[in-house]
Amino acid sequence: MSTFTGNEIIHQYLRHNKKFPHVLCAGCGHGIVLGTLIRSIHALEIPKDDVVVVAGIGCSGRLAVYVDFNTIHTTHGRALSFATGIKMANPKLNVITIMGDGDALSIGGNHLIHAARRNIGVTALVLNNSIYGMTGGQSSPATPLGSTTMTNPYGQLDSNFDTVELARGAGANYVARGTVFHVNKLEKIMTEAIQRPGFSVVEAITPCHTQYGRKNKFKNPVEMYKWMKKTAISVERYAELPEDKRAGRLPIGVFVERNRPGFEESYAQLRSKLQAKGGK
Amino acid sequence: MPRRKKRKEIFALGNEAVVEGALLAGCSFFGGYPITPSSEIMEIMASRLPALEDGVFIQLEDEIASMGAVVGASLAGRKAMTATSGPGFSLMQENLGYAIMAEAPLVLVNVMRGGPSTGLPTCPAQGDVQQARWGTHGDHPIIVLSASNVQECLDMTITAFNMAEKYRTPVILLLDEVTSHTREKIELPNDGEYEVFSRTVPSMPPEWYKPYEETVRGVPPMPAIGSGYRFHVTGLTHDRNGFPTQRPEEVVELMDRIHRKIDQFFYDIQLVDEVQTDDAEVVVIAYGSVARSAELAVHQARENGVKAGLLKLKTLFPYPRRHTEKLLAHAKTLVVPEMNMGQMSREVKRVNMGQAAVRTINRVDGQIVTPAEILKVIMQG
Repeated sequence: MSTFTGNEIIHQYLRHNKKFPHVLCAGCGHGIVLGTLIRSIHALEIPKDDVVVVAGIGCSGRLAVYVDFNTIHTTHGRALSFATGIKMANPKLNVITIMGDGDALSIGGNHLIHAARRNIGVTALVLNNSIYGMTGGQSSPATPLGSTTMTNPYGQLDSNFDTVELARGAGANYVARGTVFHVNKLEKIMTEAIQRPGFSVVEAITPCHTQYGRKNKFKNPVEMYKWMKKTAISVERYAELPEDKRAGRLPIGVFVERNRPGFEESYAQLRSKLQAKGGK
Repeated sequence: MPRRKKRKEIFALGNEAVVEGALLAGCSFFGGYPITPSSEIMEIMASRLPALEDGVFIQLEDEIASMGAVVGASLAGRKAMTATSGPGFSLMQENLGYAIMAEAPLVLVNVMRGGPSTGLPTCPAQGDVQQARWGTHGDHPIIVLSASNVQECLDMTITAFNMAEKYRTPVILLLDEVTSHTREKIELPNDGEYEVFSRTVPSMPPEWYKPYEETVRGVPPMPAIGSGYRFHVTGLTHDRNGFPTQRPEEVVELMDRIHRKIDQFFYDIQLVDEVQTDDAEVVVIAYGSVARSAELAVHQARENGVKAGLLKLKTLFPYPRRHTEKLLAHAKTLVVPEMNMGQMSREVKRVNMGQAAVRTINRVDGQIVTPAEILKVIMQG
C-alpha cells in the first residue's frame, strides 16, 4: 500500500482539460482552502456529479475553474442566490458556495443574511483575506480598523464585520471559523459543515500577502502565517480568557450548531401535505 | 374526424393568464420579489406551484436574488421564470446578462409601469422597451415579446418558454399595466393543442461533451447540473469548454454564435398580427394595450374611407423588420402610438429610412392612448 499523500487525492479532482497555471499568487491561502474542501468531499465519498461549486467574483471566484465538479462562476456577491435556485431545483445536490469577504459581506451581505434566515441547505465558504485582491487591494468590509489599503491610505476608519456573529445572528445552522494555518482543524470544520443540513457558514482566514500583507507590515507571506499561528485561539480557550486578554485574539472553531430543518426539507413537507390533499 | 374537444373557458386577469401559460409550458420554478403591477403573477404561482409534483416557488430577498435563483434553477434543468416591474427589472439586469452569456433559458415577465425610478406604480406605461433591449451591459441578442389582451398573455407566455428553450436564451415578456390588470374571458387550450419545447440534452458520453460547442443551429445541447455532465459555467467570455478566454479568435467565435443562433431564426422569432394591411396607405404600428385602441381606430378610419391598417407587434425585439418593410411598398404614413416618449418609433424610423412619413403619438402621463387620439392622427393622412 502506498503512503498517503494529499496530492494523490487532489489530482483526482483537478480538471485535466483546464490550462494551468492557476491565477493565485505565491503565498496565497486560497489553494489551501480548496485543498481542504477536496479532502473533505473525498472523505465523505460524495460523487463528483453530486457536488456543485458556486463561486462569486475575484480570486476566490476563480477556484471553481480548477476542480472537476459541476462548477458555476457567478456574478459578484450573488453566488448564494444562484446556489439557492440550484438547491431548490434539485435538493439531492451538495451545493457549496465559495465567496471572498467582499463577495459575502459587502455586495452579497443581504443574500448571506437571508440564506441564513431561510436556512437553505447550502455550505457557504467565506475566504476572508481582509481585502479586495483581484481588483488591486481596496478595503473590504473585513478590513481591520486602522489597516492601510488602496482606498484607505490613511487607515481604515470603519469597523470590520465579524462573519461569525453576522451568520449567528441571521440564524445559520452551523457557523465555524478556521485558518489556513490550522489546516487539519479547517478540514474537520469543512467536513462537518458539508454534512450538516440547513445553512452552514465556514469562514476561512487566508492571507493575501500581495495586496494586504505588504501594506500592513508583513514583510513576507511567512509572517502572515506566523501571525495566524500567534493570534488564533480555540473558541473554548478563548471563552476562558479574562476580558482584558481577549483583544487581538482570533477565536477559531465551531461557534453555532443548530438543528433547524433546511428550507428545502420544510418545502418538501409542505408539498407532500398538499399532494396528500390531491393538489390545490 | 373526431370532434375537437371544447376548450375550457375561464374569466381571468392578464397576470393570471401568464401563470396559466407558464404552467402549460412546463414551468416548475418561480423565484421572485413582489412589485406592483406584476405581483398577482407571483401570488398565484405561490398558491399553484407547491401543489404540483415538482413545483418550486420561492420568495427571494430582492430582485437580484430572484434572477440569480432563476438562473440557478435553469442550469439545474428547470423551466424557470420570474416576474417584475420597471424598478425590479433594472435590478435584474445584472443576472439577465449572466443568463445571456451562460445561455440559460428562462422567462422574465416585466409588467411596465410609469418611470423613471419608482415613477407611477399603478399606472400603465411602455417605458421599458429599450431597457428590455439594452438594459444589461455589452453587446447581446435578446428576445422580447409582448401581449395586447388576456388570451395573448397566455399564448405569448407559452411562446416565450418555447423560444427560451429552443434558443437557450432568456426571453422577456413585456406587458403593460392595462393588459395585465384587464379581466376577460379566455380559452384554456386542451392537452396537446400547443407544441411545448424543451431544451435539447446531450446524447454523447459526458467525456465528449463540450458545453459551448458550435452546432448547426448555434445552440449547444444543455444537460442539467447533476445529470452526469460536469462542466464550468461562467459569465466571463469563454471557450467551447466553458473556461474563461481572452483569445480574440475564441471571443469572436462565442459572440458570433450567440448572435447567430437568434439572427438565423428571425422567421420563427418575429411574430406580428396584421389587420387590413394589404392595401393600407396609413399603417399604425402598435403593441401591448395600445394595439387594441389602434385596432378600433383603424376600423373607424376604414368606415371614413381611409385605407388604414394595423401592424401589431407581438415580438418587439429582434424588431420585425421584414414585416414592416413589406408595408412600405404602399404605405404613405406610419403612425406609432406608444405610452412612452418614442422608444419603438426609433426602431420604425430606422427601418423606414425616410420612405414614409412617421407620425408618433406619445403619452407619459400614466393614461392610456385612446382610439380617438389615434384616429385623429390617421385622418391627417
